[in-house]
Amino acid sequence: MKFTLSWLKDYLDTTTTIDEICEGLVGVGLEVEDVSDAGRLLKDFTVAHVTLAEKHPNADKLRQCVVETKDGVKQVVCGAPNARTGIKAIIALPGVTIPATGAVFSPATIRGVESQAMLCSERELLISDEHNGIIEVDEKWPVGTPAATALGLDDPMIYVKVTPNRPDALGIYGIARDLAAKGLGKLKPLDVKPVTGTFDSPIAVSLDFPNNDTKPCPLFVGRYIRGVKNGPSPQWLQRRLRAIGLRPISTLVDITNYITFAHGRPLHAFDAAKVSGNIRARLAKDGETLEALDNRSYTLSPEMTVIADDAGPEAIAGIIGGTRSSCTEETTDVFLESAWFDPLRTAATGRRLGINSDARYRFERGVDPAFTVTGSEIATRMILELCGGEASHVVMAGQVPSTSRIYSLRKTRVASLAGADVPVTSQKSILAALGFGVNEMADTLDCAVPSWRPDIHGEADLVEEVARIHGLDNIPPQPMERPSAIAKPVLNPLQKRMLAARRMLASRGFNEAITWAFLPEEHARLFGGGQAELKLANPISSELSDMRPSLLPNLIAAAGRNSDRGFADMMLAEVGHAYAGDAPKDETLRAAGIRRGAVTGRNVHGGARAVDAYDAKADALAVLEAAGAPVANVQVIAGAPSWYHPGRSGTIQMGPQNKLGHFGEIHPRILAAMDVKGPLVAFEVILNAVPGSKAKSATRAALNTSDLLPLSRDFAFVVDDAVEAEKLVKAAKGADKALISDVTVFDLYKLEGGKTSLAIEVTLQPKDKTLTEPEIEAVSAKIVAAVTKATGGTLRS
Amino acid sequence: MSLEHLEQDILSQVEAATDEASLEALRVATLGKKGSISERMKSLGAMSPDERREAGAALNVLKDKVAEALSTRKIALQEIALEARLASERIDVTLPVRPQASGTVHPVSQVWEEVVQIFGDLGFSVAEGPHIEDDFHNFDALNIPPEHPARQEHDTFFFNEKADGSRMLLRTHTSPVQIRTMLASVPPVRIIAPGRTFRCDSDMTHTPMFNQVEGLLLDETTTLANLKWVLTEFCKAFFEVDDVKMRFRASHFPFTEPSMEVDIQYSREGGQLKIGTGDKWLEILGSGMVHPNVIRAGGMDPDKVQGWAFGMGLDRIAMLKYGIPDLRAFFEADLRWLRHYGFRALQVPTLAGGLS
Repeated sequence: MKFTLSWLKDYLDTTTTIDEICEGLVGVGLEVEDVSDAGRLLKDFTVAHVTLAEKHPNADKLRQCVVETKDGVKQVVCGAPNARTGIKAIIALPGVTIPATGAVFSPATIRGVESQAMLCSERELLISDEHNGIIEVDEKWPVGTPAATALGLDDPMIYVKVTPNRPDALGIYGIARDLAAKGLGKLKPLDVKPVTGTFDSPIAVSLDFPNNDTKPCPLFVGRYIRGVKNGPSPQWLQRRLRAIGLRPISTLVDITNYITFAHGRPLHAFDAAKVSGNIRARLAKDGETLEALDNRSYTLSPEMTVIADDAGPEAIAGIIGGTRSSCTEETTDVFLESAWFDPLRTAATGRRLGINSDARYRFERGVDPAFTVTGSEIATRMILELCGGEASHVVMAGQVPSTSRIYSLRKTRVASLAGADVPVTSQKSILAALGFGVNEMADTLDCAVPSWRPDIHGEADLVEEVARIHGLDNIPPQPMERPSAIAKPVLNPLQKRMLAARRMLASRGFNEAITWAFLPEEHARLFGGGQAELKLANPISSELSDMRPSLLPNLIAAAGRNSDRGFADMMLAEVGHAYAGDAPKDETLRAAGIRRGAVTGRNVHGGARAVDAYDAKADALAVLEAAGAPVANVQVIAGAPSWYHPGRSGTIQMGPQNKLGHFGEIHPRILAAMDVKGPLVAFEVILNAVPGSKAKSATRAALNTSDLLPLSRDFAFVVDDAVEAEKLVKAAKGADKALISDVTVFDLYKLEGGKTSLAIEVTLQPKDKTLTEPEIEAVSAKIVAAVTKATGGTLRS
Repeated sequence: MSLEHLEQDILSQVEAATDEASLEALRVATLGKKGSISERMKSLGAMSPDERREAGAALNVLKDKVAEALSTRKIALQEIALEARLASERIDVTLPVRPQASGTVHPVSQVWEEVVQIFGDLGFSVAEGPHIEDDFHNFDALNIPPEHPARQEHDTFFFNEKADGSRMLLRTHTSPVQIRTMLASVPPVRIIAPGRTFRCDSDMTHTPMFNQVEGLLLDETTTLANLKWVLTEFCKAFFEVDDVKMRFRASHFPFTEPSMEVDIQYSREGGQLKIGTGDKWLEILGSGMVHPNVIRAGGMDPDKVQGWAFGMGLDRIAMLKYGIPDLRAFFEADLRWLRHYGFRALQVPTLAGGLS
């Protein structure tokens, strides 16, 4: 919503400065987006009189001028072709900053003649791109007049952001009302004297809705004005419209636009000569079309309201007029429409047709219904003043929809809800200034809501009115009580897992990323996604069309982008949600990471090594452990979802029904499909699946240690290739649970004939006495027997 | 050979020995069973007692001298050998260590923890809700009926309509968590709800996904003045300044009444934003007293319960605090950006240790 200061002052009697007004606007909730104030920019420039301009003695194209300025007579050298004797121009005196260049002007000698000041072009003052000559101003302006005044630029334009609840502030009068309530001036009463009609309107109006349900347009006010003379509107009107970014068209159209902005009351002026028969508001017929004033053709449907005559629709109600009956320079008889349209229907129609107009903007937010007739009267008077002619009697169909409602504001409520200490008398005067009919009762102020405030629906709204005019900045902050002296923990187990997983990943060297929650459909499909219910109906692009089924695809794509930038080795991780369906339970919090390239790059110490599935396994287990999973008890089984290498991937689980995550090499087909080069290993764990801690207190179990030295024995077994190391280790561990404290695999190599040699180191921890050799041999025999039984392997000799 | 000559001869040989082996040979040749001194000892038997006493004493002195010389020389040789070995073992300590990736935590994650630290101290727990929401939680319950203009302005991502006509959406703000929390709890309620939010919008300053944090306090007496205090204290703590100038502007949100937007004063020095000084205003959050309709939708009685809520951009406050210029880069996973703007693994923000 834009307006100019002088326009505002038509309605607000004030002596405040533009800065105070802007501060006031911000305070009452009308956020100032922009102020363009040419007066401020041009404050150092004034009108000067060129009393003599003659040829420069040493240059054909330059002129030597004698100029009368506010600081006395100056000699000026000027190259402009229009620098001639007698004109009034704009002068830059020594010391002023030229807006276009930011340079400070100082006198200079040009071809041997001193130039003591500068005559300015529009471009130099940033008024336009014009630089073919100097600015000439009307000779009526005395020397020393501020440039902005002489140029008609002394009316600052203010652009405020109006929140959708405040249609009343989409008229300058409404803004003036807020400022007056704020104490920044006095709201001038409107001159609403009706214009007396002198004849009956030849055009009748009616509301023509099924079952007489006039909700789409409960009120239509028309007026016929004959004998007008249309043409360009007066300069002052054009200037105001231009200042707020509107293009002047003709007096009749400009007047309707003027009323739209001045009072938030859209109107439409039909060329009465082009109207066939009478005018009615009705629902559109399916497929009807309208050539609109934006030079587009619209096909209408039955939920839209139109203003029609016998020939068909002439306007889309509350949105835009049609070209067929529009006013032109030749218009002599005009039919002025002032109606009230249902906000919801107007909004829906505007959205469906994709039309954004000043009228729609206001009607869909709620135009003051009680102002329908008043707006028509003001416009009629303005037409008669500027275009001549005579007005008919008012024709009217329907009635003003009632907005009457009263809410009680407890006198204590502003204090108890807003924490603002506003005396009741001030509350009353604020509400009254905003147009509320205030009736003071014992404990309450009963407030009748003005017709222009469709947003007021209860006591809380009244508190807001008082608080915003009182000023939220004037409410002193009030400390709150602490719920407990020392803060209690606030994170739940899953949140703690998330933090631990993230810090663990970073400590292992991962760079944590946050990638989109969506991805291209083909990537979703590669990772088990792509379900219909996870597909966006209105994606921002096909690259972001589906919700991600896993964190991995976006990390892998990011790895590809980073390797294109020259990074060969990288570790990227993310902790975030993945989506298996559209129900809340289908969203799981996960931690995932990818490693690409080498674990340790080429270095002087040797040992460069490409990433492999065991790195990913270590990452997964480390994250799970950090997240509190009982890592010693988890099962790692071969095989993982289809996006992993089938022979180089595993699943970590607490049991077949509780999978904690998976790891491994990414399947080469997936990498090829995503155009990312490997080697690339990855893991993903589901933090929701990690079982919660069973510990009931902080107390630890007692430490049990033995002073007896542990001893270790090595065993090598020959087993079938298919035998998994985990199975062998488990068997060995189970051979004597009391004595065996640890079993680790330390060597593995392939033998001929589908066999593998697996070597383990078994640690024995004696508890109460040193083991004798026969005892050790007995345990060893048990280990061999257990392994043989479990794996079919034999002890290597 | 006289004893004096023998002594001189042996001691000079000891001195000349250059390694432990020749020293050992010398020991055998002198003090060994058949060594020169041992041989002379054997000859003592043939002497008279007086001669034997005198010669024996002299021989014992010699024996001790030689033994000590051998031992001294041995230690000296060991020292020399150790020095030589150490000299040969010198490494170039300026060589780089074995490469080890150094990880980072994303700025949004870091700021998540900072915000939780501050509000946790005030007794706010962390609540969460699904990203895929329904109309009820995202709009209706927040006093945004289907025809409300704000509903259009939210640039909502929708999923396809289901057979029953309903359709899910991506939450456009973290406010649905207010409703879920209210429906699942009894007052007093103090929560913050940080998380991802989505809007169908993408340009220089908007991304289709971004992070917000919601705050909600419900009890019987809290006021807008309390909200102002909390927000002011939050800004001071978060931006780590003693004083911060804030501007509280009346505004409008369907889910709060009265509503206010909050600006923070800043300056730009050398291209960097500085909070707490200057004369420019920057909007950082929207807030207000929870609308009675919202309290009702949350299953509570607005005549008994009142409270306030706020919402602000986590990404935005991260940008402000850490001088990160471009929102879009937050979600591009560019290693150069992650390494530059990320935080070290052990740089955990705490109230005791500081938030940055």
